[in-house]
Amino acid sequence: MITRSAHEMSEAMASGEITSEALTQQHFDRIAEVDADVHAFLYLDHEGAMAQARAVDKARANGEKVGPLAGVPLALKDVMVQKGIPTTAGSKILEGWRPPYDATVVTKLKDAGIVILGKTNMDEFAMGSSTENSAYGPTHNPWDLSRIPGGSGGGSSASLAAFEAPLAIGTDTGGSIRQPAAVTGTVGVKPTYGGVSRYGLIAFSSSLDQAGPCARTVLDAALLHEVMAGHDPKDATSINAPVPQVVHAARNGNVKGVKIGYVKELNGEGYQAGVRSCFEESLELLASAGAEIVEVSCPNFEYALASYYLIAPSECSSNLARFDAMRYGLRVGDEDGVSAELVMNLTREVGFGREVKRRVILGTYALSSGYYDAYYGSAQKVRTLIIEDFTKAFSKADVLVSPTTPTTAFKIGDKVDDPLAMYLNDIATIPVNMAGIGGMSLPCGLAPEDGLPVGFQIMAPAMQDQRLYSVGAALEAELLTKWGAPLLSQIPALGGAK
Amino acid sequence: MSLSYEDVIAKYEPVLGLEVHVELNTKSKMFCGCATVFGAEPNTQTCPVCLGMPGALPVVNEKAIESAIKIGLALHCTVAPYSRFSRKNYFYPDMPKNFQISQYDEPICVNGYVDVEIDTDEGPKQFRVEIERAHMEEDTGKSLHMGGATGRIHGADYSLLDFNRAGIPLVEIVTKIVPGTGKYAPEVAKAYVAELQTILRSLDVSDVRMEQGSLRCDANVSLRLIGEEKLGTRSETKNVNSLRSVERAVRGEMIRHAELLNAGKRVVQETRHFQEESGLTRSGRSKEQAEDYRYFPEPDLVPVEPDAAWIEKLRATLPEEPTKRRKRLQAEWSVPDKEMAAMINADALDIVEATVKLGADPARARGWWLGEISRIANEKEVVLSDLSIAPTDVAEIVALIEKGELTDKLARQVVEGVINGEGKPAQVIQSRGLKVVSDESALMAAIERAIAAQPDTAEKVRNGNIPAAGALIGAVMKDTKGQADAARVRELLLGHLGQK
Repeated sequence: MITRSAHEMSEAMASGEITSEALTQQHFDRIAEVDADVHAFLYLDHEGAMAQARAVDKARANGEKVGPLAGVPLALKDVMVQKGIPTTAGSKILEGWRPPYDATVVTKLKDAGIVILGKTNMDEFAMGSSTENSAYGPTHNPWDLSRIPGGSGGGSSASLAAFEAPLAIGTDTGGSIRQPAAVTGTVGVKPTYGGVSRYGLIAFSSSLDQAGPCARTVLDAALLHEVMAGHDPKDATSINAPVPQVVHAARNGNVKGVKIGYVKELNGEGYQAGVRSCFEESLELLASAGAEIVEVSCPNFEYALASYYLIAPSECSSNLARFDAMRYGLRVGDEDGVSAELVMNLTREVGFGREVKRRVILGTYALSSGYYDAYYGSAQKVRTLIIEDFTKAFSKADVLVSPTTPTTAFKIGDKVDDPLAMYLNDIATIPVNMAGIGGMSLPCGLAPEDGLPVGFQIMAPAMQDQRLYSVGAALEAELLTKWGAPLLSQIPALGGAK
Repeated sequence: MSLSYEDVIAKYEPVLGLEVHVELNTKSKMFCGCATVFGAEPNTQTCPVCLGMPGALPVVNEKAIESAIKIGLALHCTVAPYSRFSRKNYFYPDMPKNFQISQYDEPICVNGYVDVEIDTDEGPKQFRVEIERAHMEEDTGKSLHMGGATGRIHGADYSLLDFNRAGIPLVEIVTKIVPGTGKYAPEVAKAYVAELQTILRSLDVSDVRMEQGSLRCDANVSLRLIGEEKLGTRSETKNVNSLRSVERAVRGEMIRHAELLNAGKRVVQETRHFQEESGLTRSGRSKEQAEDYRYFPEPDLVPVEPDAAWIEKLRATLPEEPTKRRKRLQAEWSVPDKEMAAMINADALDIVEATVKLGADPARARGWWLGEISRIANEKEVVLSDLSIAPTDVAEIVALIEKGELTDKLARQVVEGVINGEGKPAQVIQSRGLKVVSDESALMAAIERAIAAQPDTAEKVRNGNIPAAGALIGAVMKDTKGQADAARVRELLLGHLGQK
C-alpha cells in the first residue's frame, strides 16, 4: 500500500480497502524500518497523526463528505510551524520550541483531513542544497545512502522516495523543493509567489520563500497544491485571486500545440552528460506528443545566482535577528550578572551553524549604509531584468523548460567546504524565485553514468501554475509508457517496500 | 555660575527641530488584531505577530493608514500616492523582531506646516513650523528595569518586558529645522506641541496624552552665533512628558549649550533625558557616530498606494482647522484676546461652543464654564469634561437666568447640584426649591413687612436718602430666602416709597 500514490491511497480508503488508521500505522512502521538510515524525520507525532486518522475514519464511516486527500499521511518540513509540535527549522537555536500557533498551510492540511506524520529534516533555516547544514545531521538519499537528498527540503523529498510518506510539504526560496525532488526522483512544485500563504513559514528570505507540494506523481502534487493554496488575509503578499485549476490540468495532461521553450542558458556547459541526455530525450518525447519546441534566450539569468546571494542573505540577516534567546528557543550562558547582550551572543555562537552565520554576515554587510546601492540595490535591478527576460520568453512559449539541476545527487561531504560549488546546484532553479513565477520538477530518467535520478524543470508565468501540471502530467504519462513502471520502482536500497 | 537666559539670547540664535511620536487610538495594533487598551495587565494584548514569533507576518491596519493620511492632510502635507514600509534593524530586548517596521525614504506624508501663535513683547505673533514628514511605524514593547537605584538599565538586577505596547501604531511627525524664533524658541516649541495636540484631538486619531506617552516629543536644540549660517551641533532631548517640560527642556538646553560654547568646549551630539524635578537633562546615548539601521524595504508588506479619491474623501471629513476655528469663534463671540487665551488654556472651547450652539449667550456660557464650573473642577482636580455637567445643563441654566427665573446666586446652587449628581437643572431647582419669587404680590407683602419693621429707614428713603434703601432690600431678600430678584425688589421698593 505504501508504494501507491496518494490518490490511489485515497481511493483505497474510499472503497473500504483500508482505513486511514491502518494506512498511517503502515507508514509509521516503514519509518521505524528505514529512517535510521534515511534520517528524513526530526520529529514524529504518532499520537496526533493517529488521532487525526481515526477522526477521518469516523467521518467516513458516518458517511460525511471528506476531502480528496482526507486520511492520507504527509510529512511536514520543519520550517512550518505546527501548534504544540517541536519546530526547529533545522537549527539548534530553536531546539525545544513548541509554537503556540499553526501556520495557515497547516490549518488547511488539518481541515482537509490530511494526517501529519511529523517534521522533516532540512538545511538550517532552509539555507543549503544538501541537508548537510541541518544541526541534527544530514538526511541520506534513498537512491544511495552515501549521497545527499538535495536541500534544503531533503527530508521531505527523501521521505517520499523512501516510501515513508506519500505527500510532503516543502518550501522553495532558491530551489529547495525542486532540487531535492530532482535528485530523489520525486515531484516538487514551487507555486507562484503569493499563491500559498507564508503565514507560519519561518522566514529565510521573505520575498523569495514559497511553500509548495512534494509528491511522487504530478496528480498527487496537484491535489496537495489545491489544498494548500489560496488567499490568506494573514499574509499581505498573498494573491487575492482564484487558485489556478491545477487538479484539472493534472488530470488532463496535454501538450498538443503547446509551445515549449527550452532556455538556452540553462543547459550545456557545467551540466552533467547524463542530465543533458535525459533532459533532451524528454524534450523529444514532448515533441512527439505534439508540443512545439522553441529555443529561448534569457541572457540575464547569468546574474541570477550572484543577485540571489545578495537578496536572500540580506533579508535573512534581518529575519533571523529575532533569535536572540529572549523569548523562545535556546538560551546559553544565562547566569547571574550576565547581560542580555552576552547571553544573546553566546546563544547565537552555539545556536547558529556556519552557513547561517556566513549568510547573516554577508547580508548585514550588503545592507550597510554605503554598500546598499552597490549590493542590495543592484541585485534588485537584476531581479527586474530577470523578470523582463521571462516576460520576453513567455511571449514566445507557453512554458519554459530546463534540467532542474546541473548534476545528479553528489556524495555527502563532497561540497561542504566549497560554498560556491554548493550554490551552483541552484543555478537553474533560482531565476524562478527571483521572478516570483511557478516551477515544477519531475523525474525524467536515470543518468546512465551513475544510475541516479534526473529532474526536468517546467516554468510557467505567474498565476499560470496549471500549465506546469498540464505539461508535467503529459510528460509523466509519456515517460511511464516508455519505462513501463514509475521511476521509483527502480530504487535499489531500503529492502523492497510494498 | 549659571548663565542667564538673557546672556544666551544676546549672543546666540537657537535652532529647533521637533520630532513628535503620536500613538494612534486605533482599536487594534498596526500589524495584528491585538487590542490597544492602555494600562492592561502586562503581556495580555499580544499574539504571535506582535511577539515576533518565527513564521508570523504583519498585515497593515487600514484604519491606521487612514489616521496617518488625516494627520498629513491636517498638517498641510502632501500625501504620497506611493509609500513603503521599511525595516529599521537594531537590537533591543523589548523589540520582538529586533527590527522595527517603519517608513524610511518613502514616507506617507511630506512637506507640511503648522502655524502657531505666541505672545511676544510686541503682542501676539505667528510662527510657521514647517513639517518635513509624517510617517507610520510600530511602537516597541516596554522595559521595566528592576532593582537598581535609578530605574535605568545600568545597575538594574533584572528587567521586565511588557509587549502590550509592541506594535501599537505610531505616526512620527518630524519638523524641518525651525530657525528665527530667537528668544521665543522655548515658547514656540511648546506652542507647536500644544497646537499638534489640538489638531490631533480634533481629528480624534489619538488620545494625545503626554503623561501616558500617547504623545511623545523629542526636542532637538542647537545654537549658533547670531549672524552665523552654519548650524551648531544639536542635542536631542527625550522624556519630555508635558507641555511645560517642552518649554523648560528647550530653555535648559539653550543655556547648557551656551555655557559649553562660552567655555570653548564643544556640544556633544547625543540624546539627553529630561528630568522633571530639576528641569535639567542628563546625557544618554551618543549620536556622534550615525547608527547604521540597514534600512531596506519591508518584504512582508506591499506598498501603500492610497488612491486620490480616498484621500479626497478623507479630506472632506477633516474638521475646521483649529487656528481658523479659534479666529472665527473669537470674532463671533467678540471675546477679548486675553479671555480667548484663557478659554484655550482651559481647553474649554468645545464645551463653550456646544453651549452656545444650544442657544446660550456666548458671554454667559463662557462666564459659567470658566468661572464657577472651572472653580469646582480645580477644587476636584479634574478637567471640565470630567464633571457631570453638560453643555445642555449650562444652556438651560443660562436660559433660566435670562428669563429671570434664576438669579446668579441661585444658579450657582443649581450648578453645584447638577455636579453633585442631583439631577438635571429642573430637578435640582425643584428639589432644592430654588425658584425666584417673581410673584409681585408676594414681594409687595414682604416689602410692606420690611417697612413696618424699619419705619425710620423707610422715612429716610422717602426723604430722598436712596442708599438707605439697602437695608430694606436686604430684609426683603432675607424674608424671601434669597429667592427674589434683588433688582426687581429695589425697583418695587423705591416706587412704593415715592422715589421713582
